[in-house]
Amino acid sequence: MAADGAAEVFRRRGHAVVVGASLAGLRAAETLREEGFTGTLTMIGDEPRDPYDRPPLSKQVLLGRVPADGTELPRRRALDARWRLGVAAAGLDLAGRRVRLADGEEVAFDRLLIATGARARPWFRESEAALDGVFVLRTADDAARLTRRLAAGPRRVLVVGAGFTGSEIASACRERGLEVTVAERGPAPLVGALGGVVGAVAARLQRDHGVDLRCGVTVTALEGDLAGRLRRAHLSDGAALDVDVAVIGLGAIRNTEWLTGSGLAAGPRGVACDAGCRAFDVHGIVTDDVFVAGDVARSPHPLFGYQFLSLEHWGNAVAQAEVAAHNMISSGLDRRPHLWLPAFWSAQFGVNVKSVGVPPLGDELVVTQGALAENRFVAAYGFQGRFIAAVAFDQGRWLDFYRGLIESAAPFPPAFTNLDRRTDGTRPVPADFPDPSLPTHGPTVTLSGYSPSERRLRFTPAPA
Amino acid sequence: MRLVVDLNRCQGYAQCAFLAPDVFTMHGEEALIYTPRAGEAQREQVARAVAACPVQAVTVDWADVPVAAEEAGGHGR
Repeated sequence: MAADGAAEVFRRRGHAVVVGASLAGLRAAETLREEGFTGTLTMIGDEPRDPYDRPPLSKQVLLGRVPADGTELPRRRALDARWRLGVAAAGLDLAGRRVRLADGEEVAFDRLLIATGARARPWFRESEAALDGVFVLRTADDAARLTRRLAAGPRRVLVVGAGFTGSEIASACRERGLEVTVAERGPAPLVGALGGVVGAVAARLQRDHGVDLRCGVTVTALEGDLAGRLRRAHLSDGAALDVDVAVIGLGAIRNTEWLTGSGLAAGPRGVACDAGCRAFDVHGIVTDDVFVAGDVARSPHPLFGYQFLSLEHWGNAVAQAEVAAHNMISSGLDRRPHLWLPAFWSAQFGVNVKSVGVPPLGDELVVTQGALAENRFVAAYGFQGRFIAAVAFDQGRWLDFYRGLIESAAPFPPAFTNLDRRTDGTRPVPADFPDPSLPTHGPTVTLSGYSPSERRLRFTPAPA
Repeated sequence: MRLVVDLNRCQGYAQCAFLAPDVFTMHGEEALIYTPRAGEAQREQVARAVAACPVQAVTVDWADVPVAAEEAGGHGR
């Protein structure tokens, strides 16, 4: 318990600035107060809204069951914070410990938490992205616009990209009775996150629910009429589709541009930090007063060979924010590592999809419970003879068991017998992930196994 | 009031859907759909659902004010 003077002084009367007022930022702020931070707390967020929850936007909200502005996050406690909402952070002066805001104001800090998250990757051709009828889905405003358009009953919706968001959008469209085409560059939906074996189940689910699923194609152009309304989409196989709505589901871009030139190890893959959430500078040296949490962070995970994981997961945002906040007001051995086991869920086509571990690291897969053909199963993923991940379709209650296997590096394939094991669960098959060297927009987990010191020689700032 | 369900933790026991059907509904076998902002009329239902969740996955904030907007008016230390 080395009573580090700096941490104690900060805890009592320091100024903590949190940039990013979404899930990670809010939970970090709550944790700071919970753990006795009595100094000044400033929250900066680019959206002029109370912190809100995003997962419902592609589900309840698109279905019209919940208004887009009705997903504000509950508070665990009072924050007594200064809020600067509706203004983005535009720069960071590391030496001077100041955050520059887009309106020119500067906010000084003693310790900073970066939780600026990610934004939707826009359609690559600006003139086409601007067409009336072309949408992305990331913010409450995005959801409000898209829901309004879906409610108006378009003749056909095109979803570009069959990752989790794209698949959930397609599911909501079908539930609304809308015709929907999904165009996916890979061989199946969710293939980057879950591999080809489980991706094939996702493909069948889509088709069984009436989705016009087209894999192995890209959208080459979106065409509008003279009034600037989307009318047609052109695919790489030569097909042309009449569509009124196109939703771009090509993954997310991490919000790190504001850190360009700041001296932090920030780039398209996020802001690199140690397992204690302290940001690295471009030299690979850890900073003392700048912390990172949520979608924008990438940090090494001991369970996965100390590779740097960037996790766009709700649960990661919460867990990492709590660790970051704790470490902001702690020192030495009181600091905790962020050892959260990756986990996420998705609901689509009436099926609850849940995952623990890091499926894309897996090279083999075995169906340990249920059957792929029944859309109800647990698929276990192995890597070099040990458990690395498990994915459940409508079998979520078993995942805690698999979590234990992953955390203890249990041998794979499993030797145990268990409930509901079928014949196709006796021999592992290749998990069938796409070649990671091929371009893709979006596995949920990205692995980029370089240590910060190695990266020093390769560091190139993000394009402005 | 506002609420959020940790769906990593949720295991689909559906206790909430039985006790507060206006706020929580099952979607298919196992997926849960809920209303993140519930009204005063649902307060008792929601309290029961929160208490009954076997994995304690529901977080509720009984207050119903846009706190940040309120505090944004220069309030602070």
